[in-house]
Amino acid sequence: MGVFQMPSLGADMEAGTLVEWLVKPGDTVHRGDIVAVVETQKGAIEVEIFEDGVVQSLDADLGTKLPVGARLATIGAAGEVAPTAAPPPAPTERPPVTAEPDQPLPPEAPPAPSVTDAGASPAARKLAAERAIDLSGIVGSGPDGAVMLKDLAPAKPEAPKAPKSARPLGAMVEMRKAIAAAMQRSKREIPHFQLSQLVDVQHAMDWLADHNADRPPSERLLLGALFMKAAARAAADVREMNGHYKESGFVPASRVNLGVAVALRGGGLIAPAIPQADTLSLDQLMAAMKDLVARARAMRLRSSELTSGTITVSSLGEKGADTMAGIIFPPQVALLAIGAPKLRPWVVDRDIVARHVVSFTLSADHRVSDGRQATRFLSAVDTYLQEPEAL
Amino acid sequence: MTHDDARATFIEELVKVAPDLDPEEIGDHDHIQDDLQLDSMDVLNLVTALHTRFGIEIPEADYEQIATPALAAAYLVAHTAKLAGEPAHPIS
Repeated sequence: MGVFQMPSLGADMEAGTLVEWLVKPGDTVHRGDIVAVVETQKGAIEVEIFEDGVVQSLDADLGTKLPVGARLATIGAAGEVAPTAAPPPAPTERPPVTAEPDQPLPPEAPPAPSVTDAGASPAARKLAAERAIDLSGIVGSGPDGAVMLKDLAPAKPEAPKAPKSARPLGAMVEMRKAIAAAMQRSKREIPHFQLSQLVDVQHAMDWLADHNADRPPSERLLLGALFMKAAARAAADVREMNGHYKESGFVPASRVNLGVAVALRGGGLIAPAIPQADTLSLDQLMAAMKDLVARARAMRLRSSELTSGTITVSSLGEKGADTMAGIIFPPQVALLAIGAPKLRPWVVDRDIVARHVVSFTLSADHRVSDGRQATRFLSAVDTYLQEPEAL
Repeated sequence: MTHDDARATFIEELVKVAPDLDPEEIGDHDHIQDDLQLDSMDVLNLVTALHTRFGIEIPEADYEQIATPALAAAYLVAHTAKLAGEPAHPIS
């Protein structure tokens, strides 16, 4: 019999709020199945289970904020008799008064704001989440001082319209906190060093234009897919760049799960991983990137995608700056930052010609690697991009 | 299809790709990448949606011709007319 616990979805996560169960007692589950949705600083995350069995009991209530490691459900082997009531978990925060167990929250649902002793109406709570207002500081006009919508809304009736966003302000504030925690830890713990290399990508761009010319939009590739594939193959070649740094030291990964930094409109970013990206065809990788970007922007990622990355790539896109030196996502040990392609004078066979060039900058962990391995990695990226047809 | 219809449909698909944009605040000459901050994946998704909607396979070389609502409306009117075998600008 196993215990399904609140997972840690990143080194910076301490707790999450259970918002949806996708299984019920008696259901058979398999490793990799999505069984619950947990609201975190990184949005609503679909949590997978890592064992086979039958759900014996659900041991946590919806709307409850629970620490990492708290028991969420009990999983038995097929045919196993359900035990007598499992001990209830100790919630870190009492559930919102209006938790609706049968009403799964939509993915863009704002995180539950803090609740005063007197409580608040659902409408007031929603508005407070959107405006990042702390309700605990407000004495409301409702029963027992409960905060009502009118207690929040009136100040300036004709106030300028808040900028429209796909995400409520509260969610963006939470994501900024998550980024801050991960990046501060990285800068504190990881002795970064950076190497850059300019790569002539003209042939790759010409090849891509030809490749896309007779394809409908849905089957076209982006230059970014070529960059991701080249990076994934380089990571497979240079083991010191691909893996995790743990208490015992560096643990190289046997596969390349390529983290892709996805910028969210309105601010913030998240870096979910594409499993075994080095083994995917360009079309498969492109499809995976489309899917990942769409779900990242909808704040609907899976738990394994947030924790399985072995190296991350961050690209400034086609209109960005020339060069970026990125910060490694712990516990990873390398991050490849890619500048925007720029048309520049370039020397080919002793002649100066106009070529599109891209600056690739590898940030690496000096506890694990030196300039020699970083150089090998960047050379490998360059070499792969000179033969896009072989990617 | 009129210019206004084409513009309205373009804005509708644009806002689906970038839900934080307010359709009322998008200007006719706003550049979808430089002003509205679409990235290359967003642009590809927009072109894919326009293909589904109008049946026009906008080639990559034409992307600059749909870079603003004004340009895109003109492009869509001309190419849907071509697709239907009608002159883009009927002689009155």
